[in-house]
Amino acid sequence: MNLLQTLEQETLARRTRDDADVRPGDTVRVHVRITEGERSRVQIFEGAVIRIKNGGPRTTITVRKVSSGVGVERVFPTASPNIEKIEVTARHKVRRAKLHFLRNRRGKSARLKPMRDFKRKK
Amino acid sequence: MANESMGLIGRKIGMTQIFADDGAALAVTVVQVGPNTVLQVKSGEGNDRYNAIQLGFGIQKERRQTKALRGHFAKANASGIRHVREVRLSADKASSFEPGQILGVEDAFAVGGYADAIGTSKGKGFAGVMKKYNFAGFIATHGSHEFFRHGGSIGTRLTPGRVFKGKKMPGRMGGYRKTIQNLEIVKVDAERNLVFLRGGVPGPNGGIVVVRNAVKK
Repeated sequence: MNLLQTLEQETLARRTRDDADVRPGDTVRVHVRITEGERSRVQIFEGAVIRIKNGGPRTTITVRKVSSGVGVERVFPTASPNIEKIEVTARHKVRRAKLHFLRNRRGKSARLKPMRDFKRKK
Repeated sequence: MANESMGLIGRKIGMTQIFADDGAALAVTVVQVGPNTVLQVKSGEGNDRYNAIQLGFGIQKERRQTKALRGHFAKANASGIRHVREVRLSADKASSFEPGQILGVEDAFAVGGYADAIGTSKGKGFAGVMKKYNFAGFIATHGSHEFFRHGGSIGTRLTPGRVFKGKKMPGRMGGYRKTIQNLEIVKVDAERNLVFLRGGVPGPNGGIVVVRNAVKK
């Protein structure tokens, strides 16, 4: 392992939270810490994971939801200290790694087929 | 007058991403600066005529070095040094160092400061004007052909009747000494002699760079 890889491992190791196993097609609740001046609070962003970009500490997930008729996507760096928690609330059967096609779908056709044997973690 | 800021020789390790305390993701270049050996202190007197310290970094088998080099290193109780660079300092600062002294990151850099990185940029070979000077090239459609990446006209007519000196034209790009100024020092790792600089540093991973405290900050 070269020095750079060692450093990236250390960045990962510094996270306090252990990541849920997130996959494309999952419905997730991302708890994001938001600091406004002095105060900080936790905001929850819930939607479908449409893309995972792996890269050690640079790993990001793109979460898409439809909020009052408008599609909203947010990219979260999973190693960020500002992310308190990522909860997987549902898993769906998907046949590709990137679900960009969902952007062109709306309503019924934008639904994903739930995975039958997915058990929600307590 | 040359700059007076302390610097060290290092090796570019590569780029990665780290998170700041407020959670911001920063793109950083990791440079291993040191251990550096002070090989010589130039005093401003005698043959030297200026104040500087000469630093050594890296290892090379002694049998590959000339006797002259070995002799020079021996004066500082060092041997098998691969890279030698000078850092110009004021007379006071330079005289605070002694030949043979070993320097690490903390002797030069602190978190929150700014640094300049000097290295040899990656050679791009013979490059066209679009890559080299960001020219716009030529239109791709409306019947144009064979001019897509050209630079256009290079001059006027009978007046002045020649092409101006310094006209930007295709040619060698990269592979020369380049200085990147005012990179923020985000983190310092004393144990492994690492500095984390926010932004890019010239040259390939593994390349030799001189990192010094920013001259213009």
